Amino acid sequence: MKKEQGPILTMSGIHKRFPGVKALTDVSFRLFPGEVHALMGENGAGKSTLIKVLTGVYAIDSGEIELSGKTVHIGSPQEAQLAGISTVYQEVNLCPNLSVSENIFIGREPRRLGKIRWKQMHAEAKKLLEDRLQLHIDVTKPLHSYSVAVQQLIAIARSLNISAKVLILDEPTSSLDRNEVKQLFQVMNNLKAEGLAILFVTHFLDQVYEISDRITILRGGEFIGEYAASELSRIELVSKMIGKAFVELDQLPKVRGTASKELSDVTAEAVQLGRKGAIEPFDLRIHKGEVVGLAGLLGSGRTELARLLFGADRSDEGILSVHGATKAIGSPRQAIDHGIAFCSENRKTEGIIEELTVRENIVLALQASRGWFKTISRKKQDEIADEYIKAININPPNPEHLVKNLSGGNQQKVILARWLLTEPKLLILDEPTRGIDVGAKAEIQKLVLSLSDKGMSVLFISSELEEVLRVSDKIAVLRDRNVVKVMTDDELSQQQVMQAIAGG
Amino acid sequence: MLKKQYLPIVITVCLLGLMFAAGSFRYTGFFSLQVLFNLLIDNAFLVVAAVGMTFVIVSGGIDLSVGSMIALTTMISATLVQQQGWPPAVVIPLVLLIGSLFGSAMGAIIHYFKIQPFIATLAGMFLARGLCYVISINTITIDNSFYTSVAQTKIMLPGGHFISISVIIALLVVIGAIYLAHYTRFGRNTYAIGGSEQSALLMGLPVARTKILVYTFSGFCSALAGVVFTFYMLSGYGLHAVGLELDAIAAVVIGGTLLTGGFGYVLGTFFGVMIQGVIQTIISFEGTLSSWWTKIVIGLLLFLFIVFQRLLSARRSVHKI
Repeated sequence: MKKEQGPILTMSGIHKRFPGVKALTDVSFRLFPGEVHALMGENGAGKSTLIKVLTGVYAIDSGEIELSGKTVHIGSPQEAQLAGISTVYQEVNLCPNLSVSENIFIGREPRRLGKIRWKQMHAEAKKLLEDRLQLHIDVTKPLHSYSVAVQQLIAIARSLNISAKVLILDEPTSSLDRNEVKQLFQVMNNLKAEGLAILFVTHFLDQVYEISDRITILRGGEFIGEYAASELSRIELVSKMIGKAFVELDQLPKVRGTASKELSDVTAEAVQLGRKGAIEPFDLRIHKGEVVGLAGLLGSGRTELARLLFGADRSDEGILSVHGATKAIGSPRQAIDHGIAFCSENRKTEGIIEELTVRENIVLALQASRGWFKTISRKKQDEIADEYIKAININPPNPEHLVKNLSGGNQQKVILARWLLTEPKLLILDEPTRGIDVGAKAEIQKLVLSLSDKGMSVLFISSELEEVLRVSDKIAVLRDRNVVKVMTDDELSQQQVMQAIAGG
Repeated sequence: MLKKQYLPIVITVCLLGLMFAAGSFRYTGFFSLQVLFNLLIDNAFLVVAAVGMTFVIVSGGIDLSVGSMIALTTMISATLVQQQGWPPAVVIPLVLLIGSLFGSAMGAIIHYFKIQPFIATLAGMFLARGLCYVISINTITIDNSFYTSVAQTKIMLPGGHFISISVIIALLVVIGAIYLAHYTRFGRNTYAIGGSEQSALLMGLPVARTKILVYTFSGFCSALAGVVFTFYMLSGYGLHAVGLELDAIAAVVIGGTLLTGGFGYVLGTFFGVMIQGVIQTIISFEGTLSSWWTKIVIGLLLFLFIVFQRLLSARRSVHKI
């Protein structure tokens, strides 16, 4: 790291206020050339706001931004790019219908007399990708023919080509697999060596320590501190992020032996249930008050299994019985009637209705199950909303708040509240903690445990093995669309489950 | 090797060839170059209008004002030339300017007020159609010598075949539009906006300017189609080209352009118009069938093409996973 050069980017005394919310209060931030700097904080800490300020999406109320020693005013994404600040977002913001080379060059295509020179553009794109990102692909193909990981690298290539001095990577690894993350880190290290300043935002602690030189922590819109990654322990980092001692997280009961429970009542049982192309026939028994975890890699068939139980997809074979009676569950509607609830992993597209208030989102499923003609009175709705906002700690505790203004963790809680209201016998949670911060994660895990104590059965799906281990009584391990092992009690150790996932 | 993205256009061309072959097989006198040229002569204005529509649809929008704009152009041309005695050299640039301004006004409203293109151009459609009747509720016949001579000029081709000046205009528009779509920043920005407007904005592309220009271009094409239509009909009338925007949209879709935006070719649109023309010709050769059968066949074709597009894009998203 060449610190003696002085920072390329300095933000000081940044204030940003939205109606009713102080998004950023006196935040400062420094970025040096040739470093990877992680920006950490819970949801709602102000990370996104800070980035949007840097990229010209939001204007600051007060404060100063200096780039290469000169005060700059960033009024639009275009101005940010021209100033040398480029951003690659989690959802790649490129045009899927255009070719790879166009996505890199559009707006700055090589031209002669106004005529775009395609050959030159393709050649330059190919060279850029190969030389600086070690990416060998056909640049004439449309972007949508490549994976998200490749699309991100292409987005980075575009930034580099605009002669970026500062590269912001906003949650770039959320939808990548391990190898893709490795490839991305390789690229980041190369770019760092070339002297680029990289601002890296992620929720994955491992990745922070793997790649970052320094860490800046925000909490509640305020600047908490700037640290060298090597001098900040994980526990310190997390406790600074959530603002409480780390012990609280660990206080969750670890593995709760099934032996302590009466497993007489079977809530749901699948016998050789399967669907071609989605999941091979499997057996699974879920008892009353039991938390069954599904472990496996992305694409191993976890969601597919859950969708079969919920009737979102139809099974081709096998039997599903609920409360001892064989049921043909052909639609989510029937599943709901049988007391099954499903929180999807895509809360944005399949769960939350952003334009409605917290109250409206909460009563939605209950209203649907009653039929649309038996309306719930406004008074009743308010009571319900208040009750659940308190019970599961939705923040801000205002039932009339629009859901789109809530943080990810709180949106997830609203969906949970919606389903809890229908008093399900079996609650299916597909990645309920994805993309939400550590504190909210712990709260949702606690909630799952307390629900199961009250007799609700829960099917818990998560990519984070630790989390699955922490909440589950029983774990079904999936590999390549097969339920390879169902483990209980003493078998439940991280190593055992890992082995089952890896196979061989 | 044939690239996958050209598949829709290839299908359109094959369909056109197939229809022409079927017509030639069934009717004597069908198989001649002149029949093909007549297709061009009779549909030149539709080609021009549909080219403008292609840009709008590629950008993810729609323009319903096309037919009314053509009528308004015929009306303004007729009244100025015939009743006011203005020279065509002034009138034609003027109507083209009016069409362009009309288009850019709609574009600006769509972009700055975030109005659905459907609604904004629907308003434009009523407005333009209504303005026709302010000028006159009757047909105004044009007997200006420039207009009649352009209408009657036959450009002779080898083999005794001929085309009209309008055909030349239409072909120039097609060639110009292909260049515009594929070799200029405006064209590529149009595709980018159709692919993802949000991304285009974040990539720093001039979204506002491009969107307004797209509707300006469509307005210009409508007015030019109106000029060509005036040559064809030699009159101005408020009921000219009623529903023509729908024929233009049909041609664009049959030509393989996605209604959701971001994908399509000007050349495909050209063949889309030709297909509609061939259907018309076949039905007129048949003699006994009502001309409304054209609409029925076009309706069926549209269904086929939309389902085909759906399947194609569904396959595409499966590939991605």
